[in-house]
Amino acid sequence: MNRPEPRQDPQEPDCPVRLTGVVKRFGNTLAVRGINAALTSGTLTALAGPDGAGKTTLMRMMAALLHPDEGSVHITGLDVRTGSTAIHSRIGYMPQRFGLYEDLSVEQNIQLYADLKGIEPADRQAAFARLYEFTQLKPFQRRLAGKLSGGMKQKLGLACALMGQPAVLLLDEPSVGVDPVSRQELWAMVQALASDGMTIVWATAYLDEAERSDSVLLLDKGELVYAGAPAALTRRLQGRSYRLTHIAGDRRRLLSDALNLPAVRDGVIQGSTVRLIRAEQASAATLNELAASRGCRFELTSPRFEDAFIDLLGGTPDGHSAIAERMDPVSTTRSSMVECHHLTKHFGEFVATDDVSFNVRTGEVFGLLGPNGAGKSTTFRMLCGLLPPSAGTAQVAGYDLARAPGRAKAQLGYMAQKFSLYGLLSVRQNLEFFSGAYGLTGTLRRQRIDEMIDTFELQPILARSPDELPLGFKQRLALACSLMHRPSVLFLDEPTSGVDPITRREFWTHISGLVAKNVTIMVTTHFMDEAEYCDRVGLVLKGRLVELDTPDALKAKVACDDLPEPTMEDAFIRLVQTRDYNGDEQRRSPDGDSR
Amino acid sequence: MFAASIHRLKTLIVKELLSYLRDPRTRMILLGPPLMQLLIFSFALTLEVKNVDIAVLNNDSGTLGTELVQAVSAAQFTDEITIAYHAGTLERLIDEGKVLLAVNIPAEFSRKTLRDGSGSVQILLDGRRANAAQLASGYLNTITREVGARSAAMSTGDATPFPGIQLRHWYNPNLSYRWFIVPSLSGVLALLISLLVTALSIARERELGTFDQLLVSPISPTEIIIGKSIPALMIGAALGTIMILAGVLLFRIPFTGSVTMLAMALPVFILSGVGIGLSISAVCQTQQQAILGAFALIVPIVLTSGFATPVSNMPGWLQTVSLANPLRHYLIIAQGSFLKAMPATQVLANTWPLLLIAAGTLSFAVWLVRRRLQ
Repeated sequence: MNRPEPRQDPQEPDCPVRLTGVVKRFGNTLAVRGINAALTSGTLTALAGPDGAGKTTLMRMMAALLHPDEGSVHITGLDVRTGSTAIHSRIGYMPQRFGLYEDLSVEQNIQLYADLKGIEPADRQAAFARLYEFTQLKPFQRRLAGKLSGGMKQKLGLACALMGQPAVLLLDEPSVGVDPVSRQELWAMVQALASDGMTIVWATAYLDEAERSDSVLLLDKGELVYAGAPAALTRRLQGRSYRLTHIAGDRRRLLSDALNLPAVRDGVIQGSTVRLIRAEQASAATLNELAASRGCRFELTSPRFEDAFIDLLGGTPDGHSAIAERMDPVSTTRSSMVECHHLTKHFGEFVATDDVSFNVRTGEVFGLLGPNGAGKSTTFRMLCGLLPPSAGTAQVAGYDLARAPGRAKAQLGYMAQKFSLYGLLSVRQNLEFFSGAYGLTGTLRRQRIDEMIDTFELQPILARSPDELPLGFKQRLALACSLMHRPSVLFLDEPTSGVDPITRREFWTHISGLVAKNVTIMVTTHFMDEAEYCDRVGLVLKGRLVELDTPDALKAKVACDDLPEPTMEDAFIRLVQTRDYNGDEQRRSPDGDSR
Repeated sequence: MFAASIHRLKTLIVKELLSYLRDPRTRMILLGPPLMQLLIFSFALTLEVKNVDIAVLNNDSGTLGTELVQAVSAAQFTDEITIAYHAGTLERLIDEGKVLLAVNIPAEFSRKTLRDGSGSVQILLDGRRANAAQLASGYLNTITREVGARSAAMSTGDATPFPGIQLRHWYNPNLSYRWFIVPSLSGVLALLISLLVTALSIARERELGTFDQLLVSPISPTEIIIGKSIPALMIGAALGTIMILAGVLLFRIPFTGSVTMLAMALPVFILSGVGIGLSISAVCQTQQQAILGAFALIVPIVLTSGFATPVSNMPGWLQTVSLANPLRHYLIIAQGSFLKAMPATQVLANTWPLLLIAAGTLSFAVWLVRRRLQ
């Protein structure tokens, strides 16, 4: 793999993307503050950074959709200020929500983009054949784009962006909402393009992707804080990444305590172990002490790119959750809070969920995983009462969702992927609405609202619309709204999709705090690091629950000689592949997976 | 249980009202265009014709023929009257487009009219200008009937002339047209807004994902529908009231009926529109589908309501179908309340169908939402 260092000489050829002192302002805010970079052809560059770092702004300037206020952006030697039309014919750009026409078929979408790119009719046959072969979308060419799974939509988006064989390909978070198998396929496709000589920029919030790219541009608050090979950044962390194993007590508690130590920069849960990053100045002794006091083992482990990323951005916020600390523990004598028996859902001929039974224990974090369209969402939606089962029963806190929906629903909190908040209402009005919807009145209602404002630090944004807020605030507000009525079970539907690692850690700190108060958590996710936080995970394939075990046990299942220490992502991909899951044909429920 | 339900409803209603009224732009879109349309349509959409050139051939030897010619010349809608002496001239003038219509008064007109009222005149219309010609012939019809009636009165010895004021009404089609269109438009526009607003509401929440958030909460489908109906009802009724007031205060249309009865009928009418809107919304997944669905219904609702063409002119089966059209019933009430001093019993007779439509569509919307849940 060639490793391009960003070159400084602006005259050097073969750098299809060249940024020189790029500055972009929106009103008074500096979105991009003087970025210099040059990307050589045939490389895959990851553009990483937290939310609001300026990734999308930079992308749009490279796509010649925005002009820089200062400095210059050259694409294939052309200035974006003057050559935007010519640039558009030389680049492929896939924005976050790619403009697929959902009411058109796959083929019609491809035709349309061929028209837009002005592909000659004579060349189309060959171009389409190449794209179909590349994306393996041939069997689905008559399907409506709106009916495709998340992964297939992204592949079609990629196919459309590749129309006309661009020299530069710009992909803005292409892997959001895509399952690990499709994500791997998408990655392999893009890598193949890079080795054919294309220059590719891939913006991402997933750092394992950044780790695998040829080079990384790491942005923070509009500044370029690192440019170069990911491994070089990771190396800085050598000797500072640790793992605590054989934890006897509560590993979430241990993580939370560890994060409160100044010596700890970052910490996450990985199955039954806890991963910690030591602050550069601190000695290992503090960590050793912590491990000794809890009677667990303490070992050095090899650093990964995410460790370095978090370290560079100033570490994780501390480990206590103000909201969880204020809540009374859920008192229940029940041993399981979510139960389903022989849960089945048909959509016409299609069986989306097929005879699924399991229990979620009180105070457990239970993850439901599966490829796009495998029936994970359908199952999840039946469990929180959004979809009636065709057969079987689902219970929350002992109440049958079909027979006592009101009581069951009063016990559950729900937070969706899109942080479903009312954009036409202010932050305060959102809090008022959700508290009222769950029947809170009078003093109690005011108390709870004030408490949420206080603990989630919402005071300065009370009069604003949630739509204007950064993702982190939205997520806090959505969590606040779902906790107002003190649910005993919390349903999280891809809660951190597209959210940066730091906001993600803050979120899981809250979840860990809630679990300490005996709240039961039910979560679906495509993000395998998130699955590591679960006590148990269920894997859904073709509508059936095919695995149900702890993350460690699932990882152990796929461990073999060439992969002695698989990640959760490896485990997911291998478990799916060993079942000969030929994916796409089944990967769809008629009403769409996300609904 | 009941108190909790009331509380949840209140929360829902406040939320809906805020989402309509908090944002100044949404507020403008709700109130501005309907009022603008009322003003523009009531001035622009006019069915009157003016400055019509007419040719007349009077072969009648009696006085009535002359009287008719004088009445036509005096009418405000006419401009130049050409007196012809041959039937051929009439045809030529129409052919050449010199006149819009021609009146041929036969020789026996006075005699037949005075004998048994069987006298008649021939009117030739320029079919190329069908609309204008038809309107003008309508005026002409009125004039001939007036003349006929006056002569009949004379022949029975009752020589009281027609009160001049009544003639002025007939001859002031401009005024009479606006008197018709403003009360009707108030109904059309209020229905349009309440239907559109509700058609978008559930679909919008589906798109944003907040509908799921409502469904996982203890709020029941019935409460969701009621919670969406009441705010839309408030906005639709307010709009309807403003437009009725504009009719009385701005256009000076006499309001002869009962304010109480109209105030009772208006909310029921709006509710029936809300029910239709919510049913559309509950079926649709996206706002785009909802908009298309709403327009698919709004056009036939307006066309079969009697607003553009009289219901009695439609084929029988369509008249039956239009019984399910809330606008048809409300237009009768609105026009009657303004112009005809419609008695309470008649208002009620036209209100209960509205009540049925509202109950039916709202229940349908609840059923649609619940069907997806249970």
